[in-house]
Amino acid sequence: MGQETLIDEIRTKLGAAVESVSESCGDRVVTIRPQALRPAMAALREAPFDFAILLDMTCVDFSEPAGRFELVYHLYSISRNVRLRLKASVAAADPAVETLVGLWKNADWLEREVFDMFGVRFDGHPYLRRLLTYEGFEGHPLRKSYPWRLAQPRIRLKDKD
Amino acid sequence: MSGLDFMTTRFETALGWGRKFSLFHYPFITACCGMEYMSTACAHFDIDRFGAGLTRFSPRQADLLLVVGTITHKLAPVLRTVYDQMLEPKWVIAFGACAVSGGIYQNYAVVQGVDRVVPVDIYIPGCPPRPEMVLDGLMKLQDKIQHQKQDWRWAKKP
Repeated sequence: MGQETLIDEIRTKLGAAVESVSESCGDRVVTIRPQALRPAMAALREAPFDFAILLDMTCVDFSEPAGRFELVYHLYSISRNVRLRLKASVAAADPAVETLVGLWKNADWLEREVFDMFGVRFDGHPYLRRLLTYEGFEGHPLRKSYPWRLAQPRIRLKDKD
Repeated sequence: MSGLDFMTTRFETALGWGRKFSLFHYPFITACCGMEYMSTACAHFDIDRFGAGLTRFSPRQADLLLVVGTITHKLAPVLRTVYDQMLEPKWVIAFGACAVSGGIYQNYAVVQGVDRVVPVDIYIPGCPPRPEMVLDGLMKLQDKIQHQKQDWRWAKKP
């Protein structure tokens, strides 16, 4: 089954949830409205799309007030042997989307990492705590607003400068 | 020494000689420099030729700490604890650009040189350093051990 028919099927199934469809390096990118993210993903998880695997999930900070954080999801369907990239933009003020842990188990740590690095909240996540940085770390280091080179040592370091 | 049944030396020299050829090292390996450490330790380059072949996996049995690879701020307290657990006399080698200065990383995560966490005796730069450089660094450390003021149990303390 070609990518064109797949995109058409997705458009028909998801309807208004699809914001736009674009192309990047030969791959189709579907942009989803953040409010409709969870139901749209749930539909893609089921037949006939059957995207059983969440390959990766990450985020981009574009430093604009509207649509500042762009969440990027990579899905893979074993039965159709097709990959799909989905994006959803959330605003700078109180960025939050619904969690996908109920759909893919590995979304747990992926969402925790995005929360840690970008401060995007995932509503309904069972254990939304920092994943990579340590207790007491302030701010979110991969935000463009995080001060360049600002380290937060856990022990007193000898000063060399 | 044919015909001689005795030799003379200074106690400190003998102690330094003994110490420099019996370095029990503890490898604190966090990154890709570990591959270079392995090739140095194994038969091709063979640090056992320099008496440093006995790797200890407990800091309490080691007297040379090899910090091999990137040390993050998250890991710094662990490295400090490992150093504190080692018995005197002890030495530290910063192995590779990351351990020496933070290397290519200057960001929120990476400690800019392990000498901010533990005192370092020998710095081996390189990303990663060649085994020859590691052996050179090891020999420089041996030189340092031979010529330093030896600390021992009944030594007079100032």
